[in-house]
Amino acid sequence: MEVAIKSIPVLMQGAGITLFITIVSICFGLILGLSAGLARLSKNRILSFFATCYIDFFRGTPLLVQLVLIYFGIPDILRDIQEGLVAAFGIDPFFNNIPTLAAVLIALSLNSGAYIGEIFRAGVQSIEKGQIEAARSLGMTYRQAMRHVILPQAFKRMIPPLGNEFITLLKDTALVSVIGFGELFHRGDLIVSRTFEAFAVYMEVALIYLIMTLTFSRFVDYLERRLKYGD
Amino acid sequence: MIEIKNLYKCFNELEVLRDINCRIASREVVVVIGPSGSGKSTFLRCINMLEKPSSGDVSINGVSLTDPKTNINEMRQEVGMVFQQFNLFPHKTVMENITLAPVRVRSLGNKQAEEVGMELLEKVGLSDKAYAYPQKLSGGQQQRAAIARALAMRPEIMLFDECTSALDPEMVGDVLTVMKDLAREGMTMVVVTHEMGFAREVGDRVIFMDEGMIVGEGTPEQIFNNPSHERTQAFLSKIL
Ligand SMILES: Nc1ncnc2c1ncn2[C@@H]1O[C@H](COP(=O)(O)OP(=O)(O)O)[C@@H](O)[C@H]1O
Ligand SMILES: [Mg+2]
Repeated sequence: MEVAIKSIPVLMQGAGITLFITIVSICFGLILGLSAGLARLSKNRILSFFATCYIDFFRGTPLLVQLVLIYFGIPDILRDIQEGLVAAFGIDPFFNNIPTLAAVLIALSLNSGAYIGEIFRAGVQSIEKGQIEAARSLGMTYRQAMRHVILPQAFKRMIPPLGNEFITLLKDTALVSVIGFGELFHRGDLIVSRTFEAFAVYMEVALIYLIMTLTFSRFVDYLERRLKYGD
Repeated sequence: MIEIKNLYKCFNELEVLRDINCRIASREVVVVIGPSGSGKSTFLRCINMLEKPSSGDVSINGVSLTDPKTNINEMRQEVGMVFQQFNLFPHKTVMENITLAPVRVRSLGNKQAEEVGMELLEKVGLSDKAYAYPQKLSGGQQQRAAIARALAMRPEIMLFDECTSALDPEMVGDVLTVMKDLAREGMTMVVVTHEMGFAREVGDRVIFMDEGMIVGEGTPEQIFNNPSHERTQAFLSKIL
């Protein structure tokens, strides 16, 4: 019990980091997801093909594997390339490792971007065909119809699944402890290995995650209710 | 003027329109009737290129719509369409529904667009609903709002696809009244409908479609009083 109380400040800091990497990754994920979703919906076959590859890869492989691939795998290749460059042009080596934070954010952003891409596509496709037809029949271009008619409605429908994605990602950040990043779970892990108070500390960690996810899901519920008004 | 020449439309293997030829004069009101699945909607949707013809041509005022050089978005501004399911934009008020395209496509100022909108809402009897959301309106009111929305682009031609079929019977009259007013003002109209009263009253010409072809054509009197074609007779005896 004492250990649990003493570790509160350290774990809270960890929770702050967890929240930070979740929010930053979701923001990048939104940009990636919007682009990937639009690309998948596009009539351009090549664009749509690449978007599908991206989405399938990051949804179809474990986040843990993506993480180690980016943290250990990519630098490995880059170092090989660098060796070649150094040998060929006699330049100084300039690259050693990807910073842990960068690897974490890249992996989580790419992963959430893939899921958000699908959420986005599903949201757009859930809008009745008559909406785009009405917009186009008024002389609007595809872009205008998307921007003023389809997307505003799709966004509203995307809020619940986006909220879920945020919560899933927040929980999945625990995985980054494998590359030794000091977020909530990793800090709890370190405390346990020092104090052997596995139950108390892991339970505490779990409760902190729970508080964050519950708070956030309440907020999403509220948002959803607010947006119901006016249509 | 609309001119349709040797129009074919296939969906994969299914041939939905077969060799449609038809000219519709300016200010003419053409009523299209025919059994369900005969291709009436597809025919109408080829006139504003919501469906791309498989072969043949549709031209409006001499401009071919199947010509890749034609700007379809510009042509569509001249062709309003009213759908069976209204298709109002649910996230916008009635007024915003009406002003969206004039502001974005015709680059009309907001204030000017609202003035036009108000004028049109008065015309369709909905001036008190300008700032309501579509869900708050009855079906008949929604359809009249949709007509106002199409008219706000000041089109030369209006297409109506069974626009009273989804309405409760007591709402049909209000919508038909608006359409009759439009016809009397000289709007060029192509109207797919089962409302034979409307066809008789304001139709200049009735086209009977069956299995993707135009199989009967004439004035409402000719079609309704002495239909020459047996399928037309059979169809009319069922619905009249
Ligand atoms: N987008 C489409 N894809 C495939 N078949 C279609 C499509 N639209 C219409 N059809 C088919 O074309 C035929 C004619 O449809 P339609 O023009 O809607 O007839 P109507 O309006 O006279 O009832 C029907 O058999 C219908 O199933
Ligand atoms: Mg139809």
